[in-house]
Amino acid sequence: MTTEVRVLSATGMLGSGFLESSLERGVALAPHVIAADAGSTDGGPAYLGSGTPFFSREATARDLRLMLRARARLGVPMIVGSCGFGGGNAGVDWIRDIVLEIAREEGMHFRAALIRSEQDKAYLKRRLREGRILPLHPAPPLDEAVIERSAHIVGAMGHEPIVAALEAGAEVVLAGRATDTSLFAAVPLMRGAGAGPAWHAAKTLECGTAAVVQRKRPDCLFAWVREDHFDVAPCDPEMRCTPQSIASHTLYENADPFLVTEPSGVIDTTEATYEAIDDRSVRVRGSRFRPSERVTIKLEGAELAGYQSVIIAGVREPYILRQLDSWLDGMQARFAERAREVFGFGPGPGGYDLRIRVYGRDGVMGKLEPRRDELGHEVCLLITVTTARQETSRAVAKSFAHLALHYPIPEWGGLISGLAFPFTPAEMDRGPVYRFNLHHVVQPDDPLEMFRTEMLEV
Amino acid sequence: MATLGELAKLIRSKNAGPFLLTFDVMFGDEATYRRVVASGVLTRARFAELYRIPESEVMFFRHDAARAIKISIPRPYVQCDLDDGDAYGGQQHAPLVELEVPD
Repeated sequence: MTTEVRVLSATGMLGSGFLESSLERGVALAPHVIAADAGSTDGGPAYLGSGTPFFSREATARDLRLMLRARARLGVPMIVGSCGFGGGNAGVDWIRDIVLEIAREEGMHFRAALIRSEQDKAYLKRRLREGRILPLHPAPPLDEAVIERSAHIVGAMGHEPIVAALEAGAEVVLAGRATDTSLFAAVPLMRGAGAGPAWHAAKTLECGTAAVVQRKRPDCLFAWVREDHFDVAPCDPEMRCTPQSIASHTLYENADPFLVTEPSGVIDTTEATYEAIDDRSVRVRGSRFRPSERVTIKLEGAELAGYQSVIIAGVREPYILRQLDSWLDGMQARFAERAREVFGFGPGPGGYDLRIRVYGRDGVMGKLEPRRDELGHEVCLLITVTTARQETSRAVAKSFAHLALHYPIPEWGGLISGLAFPFTPAEMDRGPVYRFNLHHVVQPDDPLEMFRTEMLEV
Repeated sequence: MATLGELAKLIRSKNAGPFLLTFDVMFGDEATYRRVVASGVLTRARFAELYRIPESEVMFFRHDAARAIKISIPRPYVQCDLDDGDAYGGQQHAPLVELEVPD
Protein backbone atom coordinates (compact mmCIF):
# COMPACT_ATOMS: atom_id res chain seq x y z
CA MET A 1 0.00 0.00 0.00
CA THR A 2 1.38 3.38 -0.92
CA THR A 3 1.62 6.15 1.60
CA GLU A 4 -0.26 9.37 0.98
CA VAL A 5 -0.29 12.22 3.47
CA ARG A 6 -2.53 15.17 2.69
CA VAL A 7 -1.63 18.63 3.97
CA LEU A 8 -3.78 21.74 3.96
CA SER A 9 -1.96 25.06 4.19
CA ALA A 10 -4.63 27.52 5.29
CA THR A 11 -2.79 30.65 4.23
CA GLY A 12 0.71 31.97 3.78
CA MET A 13 0.48 34.07 6.92
CA LEU A 14 -2.01 33.64 9.74
CA GLY A 15 -4.14 36.78 9.86
CA SER A 16 -3.74 37.60 6.16
CA GLY A 17 -6.85 35.55 5.45
CA PHE A 18 -8.24 32.94 3.07
CA LEU A 19 -11.59 32.29 1.44
CA GLU A 20 -13.97 30.26 3.59
CA SER A 21 -14.95 28.40 0.41
CA SER A 22 -11.31 27.48 -0.23
CA LEU A 23 -10.91 26.10 3.28
CA GLU A 24 -14.11 24.06 2.73
CA ARG A 25 -12.68 22.63 -0.49
CA GLY A 26 -9.50 21.77 1.36
CA VAL A 27 -11.48 20.08 4.15
CA ALA A 28 -13.39 18.03 1.55
CA LEU A 29 -10.04 16.60 0.39
CA ALA A 30 -9.63 15.05 3.87
CA PRO A 31 -6.27 16.48 4.98
CA HIS A 32 -4.28 14.78 7.75
CA VAL A 33 -3.24 18.18 9.11
CA ILE A 34 -4.11 21.86 8.79
CA ALA A 35 -1.21 24.22 9.28
CA ALA A 36 -0.29 27.88 8.93
CA ASP A 37 2.76 29.95 9.50
CA ALA A 38 2.22 33.05 11.63
CA GLY A 39 5.56 34.81 11.62
CA SER A 40 8.75 35.87 9.97
CA THR A 41 11.70 38.18 10.31
CA ASP A 42 10.51 39.86 7.15
CA GLY A 43 8.69 42.69 8.91
CA GLY A 44 11.86 43.74 10.70
CA PRO A 45 13.22 43.47 14.25
CA ALA A 46 10.50 45.53 15.95
CA TYR A 47 8.13 42.55 16.25
CA LEU A 48 10.62 40.25 17.95
CA GLY A 49 12.12 43.11 19.93
CA SER A 50 8.86 44.47 21.32
CA GLY A 51 6.84 41.23 21.30
CA THR A 52 4.01 42.89 19.40
CA PRO A 53 2.14 41.05 16.64
CA PHE A 54 2.04 42.03 12.97
CA PHE A 55 -1.67 41.55 12.31
CA SER A 56 -4.58 42.59 14.49
CA ARG A 57 -6.26 40.32 16.99
CA GLU A 58 -9.44 40.45 14.90
CA ALA A 59 -7.76 39.28 11.69
CA THR A 60 -5.83 36.56 13.51
CA ALA A 61 -8.91 35.33 15.40
CA ARG A 62 -10.95 35.15 12.20
CA ASP A 63 -8.45 32.79 10.57
CA LEU A 64 -7.93 30.74 13.74
CA ARG A 65 -11.66 30.28 14.33
CA LEU A 66 -12.24 28.82 10.87
CA MET A 67 -9.16 26.60 11.14
CA LEU A 68 -10.18 25.35 14.60
CA ARG A 69 -13.69 24.53 13.37
CA ALA A 70 -12.25 22.69 10.37
CA ARG A 71 -9.84 20.64 12.46
CA ALA A 72 -12.59 19.77 14.94
CA ARG A 73 -14.82 18.43 12.15
CA LEU A 74 -11.98 16.40 10.65
CA GLY A 75 -10.44 15.29 13.96
CA VAL A 76 -6.95 16.13 12.71
CA PRO A 77 -4.17 18.26 14.19
CA MET A 78 -3.81 21.97 13.60
CA ILE A 79 -0.32 23.46 13.70
CA VAL A 80 0.49 27.15 13.93
CA GLY A 81 4.12 28.21 13.97
CA SER A 82 6.05 31.41 14.73
CA CYS A 83 3.10 32.59 16.81
CA GLY A 84 2.71 36.33 17.19
CA PHE A 85 5.10 37.03 14.27
CA GLY A 86 8.41 37.24 16.16
CA GLY A 87 7.81 33.84 17.72
CA GLY A 88 8.84 34.86 21.24
CA ASN A 89 6.99 33.91 24.42
CA ALA A 90 4.71 36.94 24.15
CA GLY A 91 3.56 35.76 20.73
CA VAL A 92 2.79 32.22 21.93
CA ASP A 93 0.83 33.65 24.87
CA TRP A 94 -1.08 35.98 22.56
CA ILE A 95 -2.15 33.19 20.19
CA ARG A 96 -2.92 30.89 23.14
CA ASP A 97 -5.29 33.46 24.62
CA ILE A 98 -7.09 33.91 21.29
CA VAL A 99 -7.40 30.13 20.84
CA LEU A 100 -8.72 29.70 24.41
CA GLU A 101 -11.32 32.40 23.87
CA ILE A 102 -12.48 30.83 20.60
CA ALA A 103 -12.63 27.38 22.22
CA ARG A 104 -14.79 28.77 25.05
CA GLU A 105 -17.15 30.48 22.64
CA GLU A 106 -17.43 27.45 20.38
CA GLY A 107 -17.55 24.82 23.12
CA MET A 108 -14.46 23.08 21.73
CA HIS A 109 -12.34 20.61 23.69
CA PHE A 110 -8.86 19.55 22.70
CA ARG A 111 -5.34 18.98 23.93
CA ALA A 112 -3.05 21.85 23.01
CA ALA A 113 0.74 22.02 23.04
CA LEU A 114 2.57 25.31 23.51
CA ILE A 115 6.16 25.01 22.31
CA ARG A 116 8.34 27.91 23.35
CA SER A 117 11.44 28.85 21.45
CA GLU A 118 12.62 31.91 23.32
CA GLN A 119 16.19 31.27 24.45
CA ASP A 120 17.73 31.36 27.88
CA LYS A 121 20.66 33.79 27.90
CA ALA A 122 22.76 31.67 30.28
CA TYR A 123 22.34 28.67 27.97
CA LEU A 124 23.43 30.68 24.92
CA LYS A 125 26.46 32.11 26.71
CA ARG A 126 27.52 28.61 27.67
CA ARG A 127 27.16 27.38 24.10
CA LEU A 128 29.11 30.41 22.89
CA ARG A 129 31.96 29.65 25.30
CA GLU A 130 31.94 26.05 24.08
CA GLY A 131 32.38 27.22 20.50
CA ARG A 132 29.00 25.80 19.55
CA ILE A 133 27.48 29.01 18.19
CA LEU A 134 28.69 29.55 14.65
CA PRO A 135 28.25 32.57 12.35
CA LEU A 136 26.37 32.43 9.07
CA HIS A 137 27.42 34.79 6.29
CA PRO A 138 27.28 37.73 6.75
CA ALA A 139 27.09 37.83 10.54
CA PRO A 140 27.40 40.72 13.00
CA PRO A 141 30.04 40.24 15.71
CA LEU A 142 28.90 38.13 18.64
CA ASP A 143 30.05 38.08 22.25
CA GLU A 144 28.34 37.59 25.58
CA ALA A 145 27.46 41.28 25.77
CA VAL A 146 25.37 40.97 22.60
CA ILE A 147 23.42 38.10 24.14
CA GLU A 148 23.01 40.04 27.38
CA ARG A 149 21.64 43.20 25.79
CA SER A 150 19.22 41.43 23.44
CA ALA A 151 15.57 42.16 24.13
CA HIS A 152 14.57 38.70 22.89
CA ILE A 153 16.36 35.79 21.21
CA VAL A 154 14.51 32.90 19.60
CA GLY A 155 15.72 29.68 18.04
CA ALA A 156 13.91 28.40 14.95
CA MET A 157 12.76 24.88 15.80
CA GLY A 158 12.68 22.06 13.31
CA HIS A 159 9.94 19.44 13.02
CA GLU A 160 11.17 17.40 16.00
CA PRO A 161 9.50 19.34 18.87
CA ILE A 162 6.27 19.45 16.83
CA VAL A 163 6.38 15.71 16.18
CA ALA A 164 7.05 15.10 19.89
CA ALA A 165 4.00 17.21 20.82
CA LEU A 166 1.79 15.37 18.33
CA GLU A 167 3.03 12.00 19.61
CA ALA A 168 2.10 13.16 23.10
CA GLY A 169 -1.46 13.61 21.85
CA ALA A 170 -1.55 17.29 20.99
CA GLU A 171 -4.40 18.19 18.64
CA VAL A 172 -3.56 21.87 18.46
CA VAL A 173 0.12 22.85 18.34
CA LEU A 174 1.01 26.49 18.94
CA ALA A 175 4.71 26.83 18.30
CA GLY A 176 7.04 29.75 18.90
CA ARG A 177 9.62 30.49 16.24
CA ALA A 178 9.86 27.53 13.90
CA THR A 179 11.19 27.10 10.40
CA ASP A 180 8.25 27.68 8.07
CA THR A 181 8.75 24.25 6.52
CA SER A 182 8.79 22.24 9.74
CA LEU A 183 5.10 23.00 10.40
CA PHE A 184 4.13 21.34 7.14
CA ALA A 185 6.75 18.56 7.15
CA ALA A 186 5.98 17.24 10.66
CA VAL A 187 2.86 15.16 9.90
CA PRO A 188 4.01 13.79 6.52
CA LEU A 189 7.28 12.67 8.13
CA MET A 190 5.39 11.06 11.05
CA ARG A 191 3.10 9.20 8.68
CA GLY A 192 5.88 7.79 6.52
CA ALA A 193 5.99 10.05 3.47
CA GLY A 194 9.36 10.32 1.75
CA ALA A 195 11.64 12.87 3.40
CA GLY A 196 12.51 14.60 0.11
CA PRO A 197 8.89 15.08 -0.98
CA ALA A 198 7.79 15.93 2.59
CA TRP A 199 10.29 18.78 2.92
CA HIS A 200 9.96 20.12 -0.60
CA ALA A 201 6.16 20.04 -0.31
CA ALA A 202 6.50 21.88 3.00
CA LYS A 203 8.63 24.56 1.37
CA THR A 204 5.99 24.93 -1.33
CA LEU A 205 3.08 25.06 1.14
CA GLU A 206 4.49 27.52 3.65
CA CYS A 207 3.54 30.66 1.75
CA GLY A 208 0.07 29.39 0.77
CA THR A 209 -0.92 30.69 -2.62
CA ALA A 210 2.41 32.47 -3.19
CA ALA A 211 3.19 29.40 -5.35
CA VAL A 212 0.34 29.91 -7.84
CA VAL A 213 0.58 31.58 -11.25
CA GLN A 214 -1.25 34.75 -10.32
CA ARG A 215 -1.90 35.20 -6.63
CA LYS A 216 -5.27 36.89 -6.34
CA ARG A 217 -5.30 36.83 -2.56
CA PRO A 218 -3.71 34.95 0.32
CA ASP A 219 -5.46 31.58 0.29
CA CYS A 220 -5.27 27.81 0.86
CA LEU A 221 -2.86 25.46 -0.88
CA PHE A 222 -3.14 21.66 -0.76
CA ALA A 223 -0.52 18.92 -1.15
CA TRP A 224 -0.64 15.15 -1.47
CA VAL A 225 2.72 13.89 -0.19
CA ARG A 226 3.75 10.36 -1.13
CA GLU A 227 6.93 8.27 -0.99
CA ASP A 228 8.76 9.54 -4.04
CA HIS A 229 6.78 12.59 -5.15
CA PHE A 230 4.16 15.13 -4.15
CA ASP A 231 1.25 16.79 -5.91
CA VAL A 232 0.14 20.33 -5.20
CA ALA A 233 -2.86 22.46 -6.16
CA PRO A 234 -4.61 25.59 -4.90
CA CYS A 235 -8.03 25.16 -3.26
CA ASP A 236 -9.61 28.10 -5.09
CA PRO A 237 -10.69 26.75 -8.52
CA GLU A 238 -9.93 30.13 -10.05
CA MET A 239 -6.23 29.89 -9.17
CA ARG A 240 -3.68 27.64 -10.87
CA CYS A 241 -0.32 26.05 -10.17
CA THR A 242 1.95 25.33 -13.12
CA PRO A 243 5.34 23.60 -13.24
CA GLN A 244 6.99 27.02 -13.53
CA SER A 245 5.01 28.55 -10.65
CA ILE A 246 5.93 25.67 -8.33
CA ALA A 247 9.57 25.54 -9.48
CA SER A 248 9.95 29.28 -9.06
CA HIS A 249 8.58 29.25 -5.52
CA THR A 250 11.95 27.87 -4.37
CA LEU A 251 13.32 31.29 -5.35
CA TYR A 252 11.10 33.33 -3.09
CA GLU A 253 12.82 34.93 -0.08
CA ASN A 254 15.54 32.34 -0.39
CA ALA A 255 19.19 33.09 -1.12
CA ASP A 256 19.83 29.73 -2.82
CA PRO A 257 17.05 28.42 -5.09
CA PHE A 258 18.19 24.78 -4.87
CA LEU A 259 19.27 24.27 -1.25
CA VAL A 260 17.32 25.15 1.89
CA THR A 261 19.02 24.45 5.22
CA GLU A 262 16.81 23.02 7.96
CA PRO A 263 17.88 22.13 11.50
CA SER A 264 18.30 18.46 10.65
CA GLY A 265 19.47 18.64 7.04
CA VAL A 266 19.27 20.29 3.66
CA ILE A 267 16.34 20.30 1.23
CA ASP A 268 17.90 19.75 -2.19
CA THR A 269 15.72 20.52 -5.21
CA THR A 270 18.55 20.46 -7.77
CA GLU A 271 17.23 17.29 -9.41
CA ALA A 272 13.53 18.04 -8.95
CA THR A 273 11.25 17.78 -11.96
CA TYR A 274 7.92 19.54 -12.28
CA GLU A 275 5.12 18.08 -14.36
CA ALA A 276 1.57 19.36 -14.98
CA ILE A 277 -1.10 16.86 -13.88
CA ASP A 278 -3.86 19.06 -15.27
CA ASP A 279 -4.16 22.78 -15.89
CA ARG A 280 -3.95 23.66 -12.18
CA SER A 281 -2.07 20.86 -10.39
CA VAL A 282 1.61 19.93 -10.46
CA ARG A 283 3.54 16.74 -9.63
CA VAL A 284 7.07 17.13 -8.25
CA ARG A 285 9.57 14.28 -8.31
CA GLY A 286 13.24 14.03 -7.48
CA SER A 287 13.30 16.21 -4.33
CA ARG A 288 15.86 15.09 -1.79
CA PHE A 289 16.52 15.70 1.87
CA ARG A 290 20.13 15.26 2.92
CA PRO A 291 20.40 14.78 6.69
CA SER A 292 23.16 16.77 8.43
CA GLU A 293 25.65 15.21 10.77
CA ARG A 294 24.75 17.71 13.46
CA VAL A 295 21.57 19.57 14.26
CA THR A 296 21.88 23.35 13.87
CA ILE A 297 19.30 25.77 15.24
CA LYS A 298 19.23 29.23 13.73
CA LEU A 299 19.05 32.13 16.16
CA GLU A 300 17.23 35.41 15.70
CA GLY A 301 17.85 38.24 18.11
CA ALA A 302 16.68 41.81 18.45
CA GLU A 303 18.13 44.52 20.65
CA LEU A 304 17.02 48.06 21.39
CA ALA A 305 18.82 50.56 19.16
CA GLY A 306 17.28 53.57 20.92
CA TYR A 307 14.24 55.80 20.68
CA GLN A 308 13.65 57.75 17.52
CA SER A 309 12.06 60.95 16.32
CA VAL A 310 11.75 61.74 12.61
CA ILE A 311 11.36 64.86 10.49
CA ILE A 312 10.09 64.92 6.91
CA ALA A 313 11.02 67.93 4.78
CA GLY A 314 11.08 68.86 1.10
CA VAL A 315 13.58 71.01 -0.79
CA ARG A 316 12.69 72.72 -4.09
CA GLU A 317 15.06 75.69 -4.29
CA PRO A 318 17.59 75.13 -7.12
CA TYR A 319 20.43 76.96 -5.37
CA ILE A 320 20.12 74.66 -2.37
CA LEU A 321 19.78 71.55 -4.51
CA ARG A 322 23.00 72.26 -6.42
CA GLN A 323 24.93 72.26 -3.14
CA LEU A 324 22.73 69.84 -1.23
CA ASP A 325 25.46 67.74 0.37
CA SER A 326 27.56 70.65 1.58
CA TRP A 327 24.42 72.39 2.85
CA LEU A 328 23.38 69.29 4.81
CA ASP A 329 26.92 68.73 6.11
CA GLY A 330 27.19 72.37 7.13
CA MET A 331 23.95 72.39 9.06
CA GLN A 332 24.91 69.19 10.89
CA ALA A 333 28.28 70.62 11.89
CA ARG A 334 26.61 73.81 13.12
CA PHE A 335 24.01 71.78 14.97
CA ALA A 336 26.68 69.77 16.80
CA GLU A 337 27.83 73.06 18.40
CA ARG A 338 24.26 74.05 19.21
CA ALA A 339 23.53 70.64 20.76
CA ARG A 340 26.53 70.94 23.07
CA GLU A 341 25.22 74.34 24.24
CA VAL A 342 21.71 73.06 24.88
CA PHE A 343 22.06 69.39 25.82
CA GLY A 344 25.68 69.08 26.85
CA PHE A 345 26.35 66.37 24.26
CA GLY A 346 27.05 66.13 20.54
CA PRO A 347 26.73 63.40 17.94
CA GLY A 348 28.08 59.91 18.64
CA PRO A 349 27.89 57.36 21.46
CA GLY A 350 26.26 58.79 24.56
CA GLY A 351 24.87 61.66 22.47
CA TYR A 352 22.60 61.66 19.48
CA ASP A 353 22.57 59.85 16.14
CA LEU A 354 21.29 62.04 13.30
CA ARG A 355 20.90 60.82 9.72
CA ILE A 356 19.48 62.46 6.63
CA ARG A 357 18.16 60.29 3.81
CA VAL A 358 17.64 62.02 0.47
CA TYR A 359 14.65 60.74 -1.49
CA GLY A 360 14.88 61.73 -5.13
CA ARG A 361 18.51 60.66 -5.17
CA ASP A 362 19.43 57.52 -3.21
CA GLY A 363 16.81 57.31 -0.48
CA VAL A 364 15.67 53.82 -1.51
CA MET A 365 18.93 52.13 -2.49
CA GLY A 366 21.59 53.99 -0.51
CA LYS A 367 25.05 52.82 -1.47
CA LEU A 368 23.69 50.36 -4.05
CA GLU A 369 22.21 53.22 -6.13
CA PRO A 370 23.96 53.46 -9.52
CA ARG A 371 22.29 56.81 -10.33
CA ARG A 372 23.17 58.63 -7.13
CA ASP A 373 24.69 61.55 -9.05
CA GLU A 374 21.30 62.47 -10.47
CA LEU A 375 18.97 64.79 -8.61
CA GLY A 376 15.41 65.72 -9.51
CA HIS A 377 13.94 69.21 -9.32
CA GLU A 378 12.90 68.50 -5.76
CA VAL A 379 13.96 66.08 -3.03
CA CYS A 380 12.44 64.77 0.17
CA LEU A 381 14.60 64.58 3.26
CA LEU A 382 13.89 62.01 5.91
CA ILE A 383 15.76 63.03 9.03
CA THR A 384 16.07 60.54 11.89
CA VAL A 385 17.22 61.39 15.39
CA THR A 386 17.97 58.44 17.68
CA THR A 387 19.03 58.63 21.33
CA ALA A 388 18.64 56.55 24.45
CA ARG A 389 15.40 58.31 25.50
CA GLN A 390 12.33 59.36 23.53
CA GLU A 391 12.15 62.76 25.23
CA THR A 392 15.76 63.45 24.29
CA SER A 393 15.25 62.46 20.67
CA ARG A 394 12.23 64.72 20.42
CA ALA A 395 14.09 67.64 22.03
CA VAL A 396 17.07 67.19 19.67
CA ALA A 397 14.75 66.93 16.66
CA LYS A 398 12.94 70.14 17.64
CA SER A 399 16.17 72.08 17.83
CA PHE A 400 17.52 70.57 14.62
CA ALA A 401 14.37 71.26 12.61
CA HIS A 402 14.52 74.93 13.54
CA LEU A 403 18.22 75.33 12.81
CA ALA A 404 17.96 73.43 9.52
CA LEU A 405 14.96 75.44 8.33
CA HIS A 406 16.95 78.67 8.42
CA TYR A 407 20.44 77.37 7.60
CA PRO A 408 21.88 79.82 5.04
CA ILE A 409 23.42 79.43 1.59
CA PRO A 410 25.96 81.95 0.25
CA GLU A 411 23.82 82.96 -2.77
CA TRP A 412 21.18 84.74 -0.71
CA GLY A 413 21.63 87.72 1.59
CA GLY A 414 19.08 87.59 4.44
CA LEU A 415 17.14 84.95 6.37
CA ILE A 416 15.92 81.97 4.31
CA SER A 417 13.52 79.12 4.99
CA GLY A 418 15.08 76.26 3.09
CA LEU A 419 12.87 73.35 4.14
CA ALA A 420 9.25 72.67 3.22
CA PHE A 421 7.72 70.81 6.16
CA PRO A 422 4.50 69.05 5.16
CA PHE A 423 3.21 69.50 8.70
CA THR A 424 4.07 70.90 12.09
CA PRO A 425 5.22 70.05 14.65
CA ALA A 426 7.90 68.96 12.19
CA GLU A 427 9.12 66.16 14.47
CA MET A 428 7.28 62.89 15.10
CA ASP A 429 8.03 60.21 17.69
CA ARG A 430 8.61 56.69 16.42
CA GLY A 431 9.10 55.07 19.81
CA PRO A 432 11.64 52.30 20.40
CA VAL A 433 13.62 51.04 17.41
CA TYR A 434 15.33 47.69 17.33
CA ARG A 435 18.09 46.04 15.39
CA PHE A 436 18.71 42.43 14.41
CA ASN A 437 21.89 41.32 16.12
CA LEU A 438 22.29 37.61 15.33
CA HIS A 439 22.85 35.62 12.17
CA HIS A 440 24.16 32.50 13.83
CA VAL A 441 23.37 28.87 14.48
CA VAL A 442 23.66 26.84 17.67
CA GLN A 443 24.76 23.22 17.70
CA PRO A 444 22.66 21.69 20.49
CA ASP A 445 23.07 18.11 21.72
CA ASP A 446 19.68 17.23 20.30
CA PRO A 447 16.90 18.99 18.38
CA LEU A 448 14.63 19.28 21.44
CA GLU A 449 16.92 20.80 24.07
CA MET A 450 16.33 24.45 23.12
CA PHE A 451 12.52 24.21 23.17
CA ARG A 452 10.04 23.75 26.00
CA THR A 453 6.63 22.16 25.55
CA GLU A 454 3.65 22.70 27.82
CA MET A 455 0.46 20.66 27.37
CA LEU A 456 -2.94 22.22 28.01
CA GLU A 457 -6.29 20.46 28.27
CA VAL A 458 -8.72 22.91 26.73
CA MET B 1 17.35 46.30 -28.50
CA ALA B 2 14.93 45.63 -25.64
CA THR B 3 15.21 46.19 -21.91
CA LEU B 4 15.31 43.35 -19.44
CA GLY B 5 12.08 44.74 -18.03
CA GLU B 6 10.36 44.33 -21.38
CA LEU B 7 11.58 40.74 -21.78
CA ALA B 8 11.00 39.41 -18.27
CA LYS B 9 7.73 38.17 -16.80
CA LEU B 10 8.81 39.39 -13.38
CA ILE B 11 11.82 41.18 -11.95
CA ARG B 12 11.80 41.50 -8.17
CA SER B 13 13.99 41.88 -5.15
CA LYS B 14 13.27 40.73 -1.61
CA ASN B 15 14.92 40.02 1.71
CA ALA B 16 16.26 36.52 2.13
CA GLY B 17 16.34 36.97 5.89
CA PRO B 18 17.57 40.16 7.58
CA PHE B 19 21.12 39.86 6.25
CA LEU B 20 20.71 38.95 2.58
CA LEU B 21 18.98 40.39 -0.45
CA THR B 22 17.84 38.29 -3.36
CA PHE B 23 16.88 39.20 -6.93
CA ASP B 24 14.70 37.09 -9.21
CA VAL B 25 14.45 37.62 -12.95
CA MET B 26 11.82 35.29 -14.39
CA PHE B 27 10.80 34.67 -17.99
CA GLY B 28 7.51 33.54 -19.47
CA ASP B 29 8.95 31.35 -22.20
CA GLU B 30 12.03 29.27 -22.86
CA ALA B 31 13.25 31.22 -25.90
CA THR B 32 13.37 34.54 -24.06
CA TYR B 33 15.08 32.97 -21.07
CA ARG B 34 17.72 31.41 -23.36
CA ARG B 35 18.15 34.67 -25.26
CA VAL B 36 18.84 36.67 -22.11
CA VAL B 37 21.21 34.04 -20.71
CA ALA B 38 23.10 33.90 -24.03
CA SER B 39 23.29 37.70 -24.25
CA GLY B 40 25.57 37.88 -21.21
CA VAL B 41 23.95 41.11 -20.01
CA LEU B 42 23.20 39.57 -16.66
CA THR B 43 26.14 37.68 -15.22
CA ARG B 44 27.82 37.67 -11.85
CA ALA B 45 30.39 40.19 -13.09
CA ARG B 46 27.80 42.49 -14.67
CA PHE B 47 25.68 42.46 -11.55
CA ALA B 48 28.67 43.25 -9.33
CA GLU B 49 29.57 46.15 -11.58
CA LEU B 50 26.03 47.55 -11.69
CA TYR B 51 25.59 47.38 -7.93
CA ARG B 52 29.21 48.32 -7.23
CA ILE B 53 29.96 45.38 -4.95
CA PRO B 54 32.78 42.82 -5.05
CA GLU B 55 32.08 39.92 -7.39
CA SER B 56 33.02 37.53 -4.59
CA GLU B 57 29.91 38.69 -2.69
CA VAL B 58 27.53 37.81 -5.53
CA MET B 59 25.77 34.42 -5.56
CA PHE B 60 24.52 33.75 -9.06
CA PHE B 61 22.13 30.99 -10.18
CA ARG B 62 20.31 29.88 -13.28
CA HIS B 63 17.15 27.90 -12.58
CA ASP B 64 16.06 26.25 -15.80
CA ALA B 65 12.82 24.73 -14.45
CA ALA B 66 11.72 28.14 -13.22
CA ARG B 67 13.16 29.86 -16.32
CA ALA B 68 14.81 32.28 -13.93
CA ILE B 69 18.09 33.99 -13.15
CA LYS B 70 18.63 34.52 -9.46
CA ILE B 71 21.19 36.61 -7.65
CA SER B 72 21.77 36.93 -3.91
CA ILE B 73 24.04 39.38 -2.09
CA PRO B 74 24.65 40.50 1.48
CA ARG B 75 22.32 43.36 2.34
CA PRO B 76 24.06 46.75 2.04
CA TYR B 77 22.56 47.54 5.44
CA VAL B 78 21.08 45.02 7.86
CA GLN B 79 17.30 45.08 7.55
CA CYS B 80 15.83 48.05 9.46
CA ASP B 81 19.19 49.30 10.72
CA LEU B 82 19.40 53.08 10.89
CA ASP B 83 20.67 53.46 7.31
CA ASP B 84 18.30 50.92 5.73
CA GLY B 85 15.67 52.48 3.50
CA ASP B 86 13.90 49.32 2.30
CA ALA B 87 12.62 47.10 5.10
CA TYR B 88 11.37 44.33 2.82
CA GLY B 89 14.12 44.79 0.22
CA GLY B 90 11.44 45.04 -2.43
CA GLN B 91 12.76 47.99 -4.45
CA GLN B 92 16.39 47.08 -4.97
CA HIS B 93 15.88 45.50 -8.39
CA ALA B 94 15.17 48.76 -10.23
CA PRO B 95 18.52 49.05 -12.06
CA LEU B 96 17.92 45.60 -13.59
CA VAL B 97 14.68 46.73 -15.23
CA GLU B 98 16.53 49.20 -17.45
CA LEU B 99 19.35 46.88 -18.57
CA GLU B 100 19.52 46.75 -22.35
CA VAL B 101 19.53 43.35 -24.01
CA PRO B 102 20.93 43.24 -27.57
CA ASP B 103 18.82 41.55 -30.26
